[in-house]
Parts: sequence; structure tokens; C-alpha cells
Amino acid sequence: MSLKRWWSQAEPLAGKPSGALLAVGPAEWHAAATDAAAAGAQLVALWPTLYPGAAAGAVMRAALLVDGGLLVLELALGDPGHPYRGLHDLFPAAARMQRAAADLAGVRADGADQRPWIRHAAWGPAEFPLARAPAPPAAAAPPVDDYAFVRVEGEGVHEVPVGPVHAGIIEPGHFRFSIVGEKVLRLEQRLGYVHKGIERRFTELPILDAHRLAARVCGDSAVAYSWAYCQALEGLAGVSVPTRALWLRALCLEIERLQNHLGDLGALGNDAGFAFGLAQFSRLKEELTRTVAATLGQRYLLDAIVPGGIAVDLSEEATHALTVRIGRTAHLVRELRTIYDDHSGVRDRFAGAGIVTPELARRLGLTGLAGRASGLGIDLRVDSPWPPYHIITPKLCMRRDGDVAARVAVRFDEVEESCRIARALLSELPVGELRAPLEVPVGPRPGVGLIEGWRGPVLVALECREPGRIHRCHAHDPSWQNWPVLEHAVIGNIVPDFPLINKSFNLSYSGHDL
Amino acid sequence: MSTLGAITQLLEIVCALLAAPAFLGWVNQCRAWLQNKRAPSVLQPYYGLRKLFHKDVVLAENASSLFRLAPYIVFGTMVAAAAIIPSMGTGLPLSMAADGIALVGLLATARVFLSLAAMDVGTAFGTLGARREMMVGFLAEPALLMVLFVAAMISKTTSLPLIAEGLTTRALGLYPSLAFTAVAFTMVLLAENARIPVDNPATHLELTMIHEAMLLEYSGRHLAMMEWAAALKLFNYACIGFALFIPWGTSTEASGPQGLLLAVPVLFAKLAVAGGGLALIETLSAKLRVFRAPEFLATAFLLAVLGLLVHLLLGD
Repeated sequence: MSLKRWWSQAEPLAGKPSGALLAVGPAEWHAAATDAAAAGAQLVALWPTLYPGAAAGAVMRAALLVDGGLLVLELALGDPGHPYRGLHDLFPAAARMQRAAADLAGVRADGADQRPWIRHAAWGPAEFPLARAPAPPAAAAPPVDDYAFVRVEGEGVHEVPVGPVHAGIIEPGHFRFSIVGEKVLRLEQRLGYVHKGIERRFTELPILDAHRLAARVCGDSAVAYSWAYCQALEGLAGVSVPTRALWLRALCLEIERLQNHLGDLGALGNDAGFAFGLAQFSRLKEELTRTVAATLGQRYLLDAIVPGGIAVDLSEEATHALTVRIGRTAHLVRELRTIYDDHSGVRDRFAGAGIVTPELARRLGLTGLAGRASGLGIDLRVDSPWPPYHIITPKLCMRRDGDVAARVAVRFDEVEESCRIARALLSELPVGELRAPLEVPVGPRPGVGLIEGWRGPVLVALECREPGRIHRCHAHDPSWQNWPVLEHAVIGNIVPDFPLINKSFNLSYSGHDL
Repeated sequence: MSTLGAITQLLEIVCALLAAPAFLGWVNQCRAWLQNKRAPSVLQPYYGLRKLFHKDVVLAENASSLFRLAPYIVFGTMVAAAAIIPSMGTGLPLSMAADGIALVGLLATARVFLSLAAMDVGTAFGTLGARREMMVGFLAEPALLMVLFVAAMISKTTSLPLIAEGLTTRALGLYPSLAFTAVAFTMVLLAENARIPVDNPATHLELTMIHEAMLLEYSGRHLAMMEWAAALKLFNYACIGFALFIPWGTSTEASGPQGLLLAVPVLFAKLAVAGGGLALIETLSAKLRVFRAPEFLATAFLLAVLGLLVHLLLGD
């Protein structure tokens, strides 16, 4: 069966333009996903929602990116305890999302890996944070958490456990290496150390205020998350955002991309032992950040995007100052790029490290920036542009080598491109309102926002069942899809190259564990 | 044993102990400047040592006495090494007891104890670091020995003070063989002192560490001893380099007390220049992949052998 049939049955989705929602039965769930996979779909997110007291006690939703549109499959489960057919055979990235769904809501996938993912020892296997049951009293001493890592055996094989506490100030994550000499045979990750109950916290906040929490889901993608949240909310409310606000939102998103890419490029140089790069890129990032603080009022744009519009504005002078700064940044980055490209030591570290071939990337559903470095030319701003990207169109930055050097090159290209877009946005900034009033109607369907953040597509699904209240808000980071690919990227590499490879992906822990 | 000899000996040891952290601080300062950063004070390593000496020691439950003894042994060997390197004067009473080859042995002893201590607690990182240290060590030692042999063949002795003295008293001239070995020695110095491009002393990435990985389990005064010993090692290597390649300005038995007075500022001037050069090398290079380190050290060995051949063939 072709995918067209499913599209025709689907109803329009609130929020993301060119999105559709398709309610399916247990039999069609896997069939529709199979057709989508055959058409080259990528799984963006998979999340459960509980409806206590309703006929369908739980609903699983899967968001698939296919043909430049977003298809959300919706599977109602009468009883949350009844297993559903997992999608991990079609989309390997689904495995961890299914495990997290089981931990948080108690809905289990058939035949899949049943080990916990988000749940460590903080709550028991029969408690589900999303079930809204009163939290059970915490045990005085949490039981020892005995997680079954996959063992590699053979002569000379040994395990190196790394983390969750590291020698530097970085986020917690556990990496279990099985190595022979210095060569990595297998890496297994264990995350979830920064789980803090954000999805449940959303349900306790007024729907018009929760964009602030959304902006703090993952600090480095604040604009992407708050925009995705607002896109979902505005979709539900049926409000169109004023043009000036949209232009400014896109400007904020590009600034966020620039800040992150500049920071990463410096950190990548540092991890290759080239501290000069860190010093230079940190300086560039700081200068840009200070100009952003002087013009937009915030160093990092955590509270810029608000429901219905934007909370920051640019004066004539501020527009000029920002334009000059971004132009200067682009110029200096070009100079630094020649230094990185010409430095034999840096090139030797970057080239050939942590290769993800385009075939592997496609099969595992690698997404975002890392995907573009492995020949997957997917950028939502290009493929399914939302305003204002349908007018100011970015160029797709893509490489095929899939190694650290490719991910560095894509970052350099995107810095250049973001500078160009930001300047175009600044020069053509329309005049007008900054914010439209909005009211959120109560409805059975979720609104979905999907924004291409610097790391990849950020999805927020929002549901409102009582006036002004959030029934369910699922925030999904592209790190979910990319963490498992990192396990493959390091196979056959040497242990000391892992930090560099890891940094070249720069995935989120906090935004993933929620 | 002359009085002057005894004074020189004492002065050298005290000076090495006190100046070694400052030398490390100076290298760090130069590095920061070269990277357009505001630099920490030259005294920063002393503050670090004071802090560590005031802290309590946290020991792993299964740490053996070897683990507790190793810092003192490593520190002791470095002090002993400082005693036989003619950094200020060549009339050293103690250096008669040990020649250049014994010096290499002393440094190897420190390495063995450091590696054993790193493996003692049984953590993955300590073992990983010890393994890499051994890989670097067994390639660096022959290169260092070869460097010493070239100098020894020129001076017809393996005693470091006599090599230094021989070189100062000779007519000033170019020694192509020494030029080759000087480059080889610099490469060995970088590798042996955990500097970029072989190791990165500033990294926090535990998986990439060599020297730091072996110290991860140490704390308090043990860590202070280890860090002080590392600073001494760098200082010693710099002084070996001076003795072999630019010994001018060190005092000899003949130059008397005035010579010794002059030798102190000369040594500090040499250290200042060497520290700047070291920082420059470190800033310009990136860290090598671990498996490139053998190639790096093989190059050092080859250069030293070339120096030897040049000496044998040209007979300078």
C-alpha cells in the first residue's frame, strides 16, 4: 500500500504547517509505519499520553517526517497495560523512546528491549510519573540499580566504565566501553541521570505561561523549544503571528545557531589539543553574545519568544549594531576556518574519526546537523519551510564523509549561512505588531510544533483538555535519535578519540532525560 | 670535595626544588599569552601545591602501601636527578656517583613506580594511563639514551658535568651532530613531560589522558608530591638540555665563586627562553592521536641516530 492512501485519510494537524494527524487501529499502526519507512520516513518522536477514566486509557503517537511533511500516527490503547506493536524494527531510534514510554506511562511495546531507560532507582517499576498518582513516599535508601549492560567477551577484552561523574564539568551520562588495547569494540550508553520530571511539571502550569518552561528544557536550544511550543499553541488557537514577530523569531533562531556553532567549533579545536581555537572562538561567541544582550536584552534568548509573538524588539540602532557584529563574525570565522583547514595536526585528528556512512545514517535515522554531515540532506528550513523561511530561504549545507571533519565543515558552512540569513532578516525586517492576542480552545487533538534547532528538529506536542490547563506536553530533542548513532560511530575508533567524536555530535543529556 | 662544590650542589638542589613550579607557571603563562588569554600568575603552581598540602588525603579502600609510598619515591628520584644534573656548576660532588646513563635509570625508576601506583587501585583510567605511559616510555628512553651517547662520544665521557665542561672549554664552533640531537631531545622532552603534542596537561577528558590519568586517584599531599615531582621533571629535562647543548655560563671549578654567582641569573635566563619556546611549540601544535606518538618518538630516535652517524662520519 502506498503512503498516499494514509495521507488522504489523515486530517490536518494544528501547529506545524503541512502536518497531518492519522488515527489508526492496532493493525494499521504498523502497516502505516511500514509504508512510511518504505518511503524514506524518519521517526521524529514517539510518545505516550494517558487519559485516566477515558475509554482509551492511553494513546501512543508517532511523528514521522516524510515527503517534507509531518505525519502523526495515533494509536489508542484501551488499557495502558496492554502491549502495542513496537516500531523499533522499522525505526531503530524508536527503541529507547518505547523504553522511556514504558518507564513514564507504563505502556509497553511488544517484543522490544524491556530494560528501563529513564528510570533508575528513584522510583519503582510499578510507578509511572505521568500517571498522576500521588507520588509514593521515597524509600529511605533507594535500592541498588542493577542495569544489564551487554557484555563483550573474548581474549583481551575489557570494560572501561566512564561517568556518570566525569573529570570535567559536563553533564552526567554513563558510557560503558568494551575495548581491546585502545580499540573500541562496543560502546553502550546509559542516560537518564538528569531526569527531573519536566513533562509532568508542564501539566501543573497555565498553558499561556509554560513557554518559559519549554525554553528551559534544553538550555542550548531555548529559542527552538519555545518556538516549537508556541507553534503548537498558536496552531491550537488558530492565531496567525504578526510578520515582524516571525522575522524576529527567525533572527533569534539563527543567533542561537551561531552561538552554539561558535562554541562547538572552539571546543572541537580544544578537544584536538588545539587550545588556540577555543580561545578565538570563545572570544567570537562572547562578542556576539554581548551584542545580543545589548540589542535584544538577553545574553541567551530564553524569554524572547512568547505565545502569539515575541517579547523583544529591535530599534534602528540596534539593528545596525547587530548587522555589523554578525558581518564581522562571518569575516573572522572565515579566517579561522583557513587556520583549521591548514593545520595538519587538527586535520589529522578530525579526518576519518567517528565515521557514520550515509547508509548507516539513513538506516538508524540520524537527524539534524549530524545527519547533514552524513549525506542526509534534511533541513526543515529548506524542505518544509515555515514562515519566514519560505521567503528567506537558507542553503542546505551537506557533506557525505560523515566523520568529525564533515561535522566541523557543516558547522562552518552553517555559520556562514546563518550570518547571511540573519543579515537578510535584519535588512528586510517588516514593521508592525509584535504580538497577537490568543485564546486556547479545549480539544481532543494535540497541536504539534516542529522547529529546526541548531542540533536538529525539535518537536513539542501540546494538548489542552481543560480551559487554560495543559493536559500533556511532550518536548522532544533530536538527541534521542542521535545518541544511539554515536554508539555506532565510535566502533573501531580508539578510546582517546571518543571525546572528540562525542563533541562533534554534541548531544544533549538534560534535554533528553527531561 | 671542595667547599665551593658543596655549595654549588646544595644551591642546585634548593634552586631546583623552589624554581621548578615557577618554571611550570612560566610555561603556562606564556601559553595563555600566546592564546590571547589573560594569564595566571607565575606563582599559580605554588598556590596549587599549598592548597593540596592543606587538604586531607582520600585513599581508595584497596590502596596498598605502594600507592602511598609512590609519591615520595617519585619525588625522591626527581630530587636525586636534580642533584646530578649540572644546571649551575659542573663541580658537583654527587654527580661523580652517577653518570648520564644512571640518570636515565633514575627517570625510569620514577616511571615504574608511578605506573605501578596507577594500577594499584585497579581503576580503568589508572591502568589505561599506565599502559600509555609505558608505551611512551619505552620509545622515549632509547631516544634519550641515544642523545646522551652522541654528547658522550663528542666529550669521551658519560658524566654530565664533564660533558658540559668539555663543551664550554672547546672552541666555539658548529656541531651538526648536536643540532640533530637537540631536535631529538626536544621531542623526547615533550613526550616525557606529558606536553602537547603527545599528552595534554590541561585536559579534563579522562579518556585522552596519559599522565593525568595515573594521578586521578591521588589527593591531598600525595597529589601535591606528584605534581611537584612533575614540575621537577620538566625542570630537570630543561637543565639536561642546557647541559648538553648550551652549557655556557655554568660555573666550573676554575671560575670560582664569581662564576657561581653569574651562573644563577644565566640559568634563569635560559629557563625563561626555553619556557617561551616550549609554550610556542605547544600552542602551534594539536595533540597527536595516541598511535601517532610512536611515530613521533621514532622520529626522535632516528634524529638522534643521525646525529651519531654525522659525528662518526664527519668526526666533529
